[in-house]
Amino acid sequence: MSVVTCPECEAEITLEADTEVGEIIVCPDCGVDLEVLSLSPAQIALAPMEEEDWGE
Amino acid sequence: MTGNLKIGVLYSRLRVEEKKIFGTLEARGVDYDRIDDRHIHFDLSQPEPWRRYNAILERSISYARGLYATRMLNAWDVPTVNPARVAEICGDKVATSTALASAGVPQPNAMVAYTPESALDAIESMGYPVVIKPVVGSWGRLLAKINDRDAAEAVLEHKSVLGSYQHSIFYIQEYVDKPGRDIRAFVIDDQAVCAMYRSSNHWITNTARGGEGDVFPITPELADLCGRAALAVGGGVLAVDVIEHPERGLLINEINHTMEFNTLMPTTNVDIPGMIVDYLMAVARREIEVL
Repeated sequence: MSVVTCPECEAEITLEADTEVGEIIVCPDCGVDLEVLSLSPAQIALAPMEEEDWGE
Repeated sequence: MTGNLKIGVLYSRLRVEEKKIFGTLEARGVDYDRIDDRHIHFDLSQPEPWRRYNAILERSISYARGLYATRMLNAWDVPTVNPARVAEICGDKVATSTALASAGVPQPNAMVAYTPESALDAIESMGYPVVIKPVVGSWGRLLAKINDRDAAEAVLEHKSVLGSYQHSIFYIQEYVDKPGRDIRAFVIDDQAVCAMYRSSNHWITNTARGGEGDVFPITPELADLCGRAALAVGGGVLAVDVIEHPERGLLINEINHTMEFNTLMPTTNVDIPGMIVDYLMAVARREIEVL
């Protein structure tokens, strides 16, 4: 299991075993959206902000 | 059989839906590439890198990115699910309403105006309440229920002053006093596969806004309506949203061309990613022509 640090609040977050690159996770402490950039080494960053034309 | 087919999946975010689609492709041994739309570019004089794909599944979270990508790919004879001609209609509420009206498919009354003054005239002729929607947008964002003239004047002014030019294409829809729910149906080509109610105490019932799902059996009426609606916008893999009008019955509210199914799938127990991949592979084999 990989542990990453939230760039917003510095909370330690443990990535689930089935986490994939590109997945969006939510910081359990501050609630910010985070994107998984890589798994080895585990890296995350703030996810892109929602844009006006996003949707389904 | 996947043969030597090469598949691309264009996406922006790895949502639950993309994970399930990737999982299905991998379980079936399909040769596919994950194409993150943030990391690509298109050289308009060099289509060959894209022509190695027998089909591309468009799952961009951005309407504009997906639309332009499919326009280029389709122009290069690369089939996409869905094709640009479907995205152009489904991603724009004016285009959707126009297509539905041309096909005689029932929908809420709608009007379009270009200035706050003419929009106010349209609203007053329709009668309060009305709903103003952005022509491009999703997840129930920026919808405004207008109950009186004061609210209309305020919202119209805000949209014209603060919004991009698209917010001054005023799309005004009849407010339908639906029974606290709408219906979301999954449709492939012109066949309704499964459906659910989306219920909420709020007048906006999108599950993206907290609406809850409950299975809704496909009735002959719903199947017929969804089939006609899908054909009106060009078919493909679609999520059709239906509302129940107290007098007019079932009406098409909107149609989504890059559907999310993270609520519909567990609610209905239908293998939606499996069916999407089935359709995608049929397109790749050219058993289904989308161009």
